[in-house]
Amino acid sequence: MNEPIIELRGVSKRFGPSYDAAARVARSLSARFGSPPRNETVRAVDMFDMTVMRGEVVGLVGESGCGKSTIGRMVAGIMPPTEGQVLFKGKDIVSLSTEQAKDAKLKVQMIFQDPYASLNPRMRVEDIVGEAPRYHGMVPKGGGDDYLDAQLQRAGLDPAFKRRYPHQFSGGQRQRIGIARALAVQPEFLVCDEAVAALDVSIQAQILNLFMDLRRDLDLTYLFISHDLGVVEHLSDRVLIMYLGRIVESAPAEEVFAHPNHPYTQALLAEVPRIEARKRRFTAIKGEIPSPMNPPPGCHFHPRCPHAMPRCSVEAPVLKEVASGHRSACHLNDMG
Amino acid sequence: MTVTLEVRNLRTHFFTRAGIVKAVDDVSFKVERGQVLGLVGESGSGKSVTGFSIIGLVDPPGRLAGGSILYRGQDLAKISEEEMRSLRGNRIAMIFQDPMMTLNPVLRIDTQMIEAVQAHTNASHSEAWTRSRDALGMVGIPSPEERLRSYPHQFSGGMRQRVAIAIALLHNPDLLIADEPTTALDVTIQAQILAEVQKLATEHGTALIWITHDLSVISGLADRIAVMYAGRIVEAGEASTVLDRPAHPYTHGLIGSVPSRNKKGEKLRQIPGMTPSLLNLGVGCAFRTRCARATAVCEQEPPETLIPPERIVRCFHPMQDVAA
Ligand SMILES: Nc1ncnc2c1ncn2[C@@H]1O[C@H](COP(=O)(O)OP(=O)(O)OP(=O)(O)O)[C@@H](O)[C@H]1O
Ligand SMILES: Nc1ncnc2c1ncn2[C@@H]1O[C@H](COP(=O)(O)OP(=O)(O)OP(=O)(O)O)[C@@H](O)[C@H]1O
Ligand code: SF4
Ligand code: SF4
Ligand SMILES: [Mg+2]
Ligand SMILES: [Mg+2]
Repeated sequence: MNEPIIELRGVSKRFGPSYDAAARVARSLSARFGSPPRNETVRAVDMFDMTVMRGEVVGLVGESGCGKSTIGRMVAGIMPPTEGQVLFKGKDIVSLSTEQAKDAKLKVQMIFQDPYASLNPRMRVEDIVGEAPRYHGMVPKGGGDDYLDAQLQRAGLDPAFKRRYPHQFSGGQRQRIGIARALAVQPEFLVCDEAVAALDVSIQAQILNLFMDLRRDLDLTYLFISHDLGVVEHLSDRVLIMYLGRIVESAPAEEVFAHPNHPYTQALLAEVPRIEARKRRFTAIKGEIPSPMNPPPGCHFHPRCPHAMPRCSVEAPVLKEVASGHRSACHLNDMG
Repeated sequence: MTVTLEVRNLRTHFFTRAGIVKAVDDVSFKVERGQVLGLVGESGSGKSVTGFSIIGLVDPPGRLAGGSILYRGQDLAKISEEEMRSLRGNRIAMIFQDPMMTLNPVLRIDTQMIEAVQAHTNASHSEAWTRSRDALGMVGIPSPEERLRSYPHQFSGGMRQRVAIAIALLHNPDLLIADEPTTALDVTIQAQILAEVQKLATEHGTALIWITHDLSVISGLADRIAVMYAGRIVEAGEASTVLDRPAHPYTHGLIGSVPSRNKKGEKLRQIPGMTPSLLNLGVGCAFRTRCARATAVCEQEPPETLIPPERIVRCFHPMQDVAA
């Protein structure tokens, strides 16, 4: 538990003028529909620092579009940062040799938020889940099907359906195919991006229990991205709260839920829906949601913060320790 | 109260080479004008297929194998594809669990939204653009004017989900089927969307079918709840009755698995056993291999029983007045 497995140092990610292949195809296809898109830069992640120790579960929470999946992709080594370093076991992943990089990629697996887009529609489940472990020699000779069946079963999928294609499954079943695929290659680090969001609570419990078992038995380490604060609270050792590309609060899980410091965290916790609540009126967002294309100056949260002061729109607050292991980025903490 | 949708004995089966998958099997329910029906249940129990059946988008080898789908008295199972197309996306809309069922990956968001507006109105291009921009803003997407020029892959998962919601709401439908619409949305944005949807129900009388596994959302939103298990509705009734005093053992187990009802760090309660395969499902209660109350009689088909005043449950030994 005392060795960092993943570290992000001053990581930023901007999506800008350059277009990837898919966008270029799309652009040429849509050339006849009006003007091409303007070159606007999205500041998805801004100077992000994070250390995850072996065996730890770090929860990552924040508003839709604040940069959580982007962090996850950079950690999993499938998207390079624009600035800063991503270290896997102390080594910058861009400096790794091809062989080492391949190994790192295998050891850090990601369960994708979008179970549809991340499964090849033309592959059968047996290949989606079974191909990589076969290729990497994780399957005992002759025991191919046993290994595969066990992987499927563990994720709550009936092995009888292994010859089916992804579209023949329900949403939650597809999500479990993604879970089985990631676990089948025996990773050391798992990025779970809304990995249980499409599952009913009983199957969700089954998967979360599996995650906890793997952590206990194999020291599996998790970056757990979720909008479900109940799940995050249940599972995480430490929670990072993100707002518009930056960490605004970081603390042990109990501490964040018991003593939220940052006004954004406080607002977030106040809105958690409870199963005990009955037919109620939901309230629309007050204030403007800031845009990562044009982030507000100073504290990103100031346009919505009930405590905003003049200083807040000028100076960005830095993360400061407010209690042992508990850091928060808010000017209120300087007021004594 | 007028009934917007009444589904009677709906059966939707997939005729696969390995056998018949009875994804929806004898499902009946009603949704009144302005009312919210929460459709919950086990993953793979037939919730999405129920939605697809209503809007006529069941792909082969699946097809309707029986029953009727009465929308304002008209049987959608019998109308022509052309009639269906003029209703779909207009009077009847569906937010798909997979937003990419709504979105085309190679077209810009503005192109797609403008097309969706113009498909059912004779709005000019600029009127349609304005409506699209406002709709994006309404689902909490900042800088909507710039964002309209993006492609779907440039959006986050939750943003794609919200564009699909915005498109479904464009024409103030009479019936909205929302399939896990807020699964990946944080509580703030979720509340914003639920507020919009509630407004639609109260101001336009939209009848809503809200498919979700998120019991805390449904408890705050729904008037009635129907619980599905293995292609059937096993319990249905007023939301608070079902949630506070579930009668079906499956509903009871489901509510017990909610993380906030479990102690932190400890194993979460889960319903023992595996989901039954819907392929060649035999007779008898499909829950019986996992049910603590099962007896020999459960090998037969449990009848639909009324628990007065108006709850129904499909179980031989329903729980009575047991708090969840
Ligand atoms: N094309 C198909 N061929 C065979 N079976 C199918 C097909 N499509 C769906 N099914 C099966 O039908 C059943 C019902 O699927 P459906 O998508 O309605 O589930 P659901 O209740 O929406 O689940 P989830 O909560 O996981 O989305 C599932 O068991 C699924 O495997
Ligand atoms: N390939 C891309 N090109 C351009 N912009 C992108 C790309 N991927 C992400 N973005 C933008 O980066 C920002 C952060 O996206 P990200 O997917 O990380 O958000 P998220 O926190 O995971 O949100 P959600 O909870 O909705 O999934 C968004 O504004 C998004 O539009
Ligand atoms: S720094 Fe200012 S605006 Fe930001 S959270 Fe603190 S009080 Fe609010
Ligand atoms: S019918 Fe029998 S097996 Fe089925 S839920 Fe009721 S008690 Fe359990
Ligand atoms: Mg995401
Ligand atoms: Mg579904």
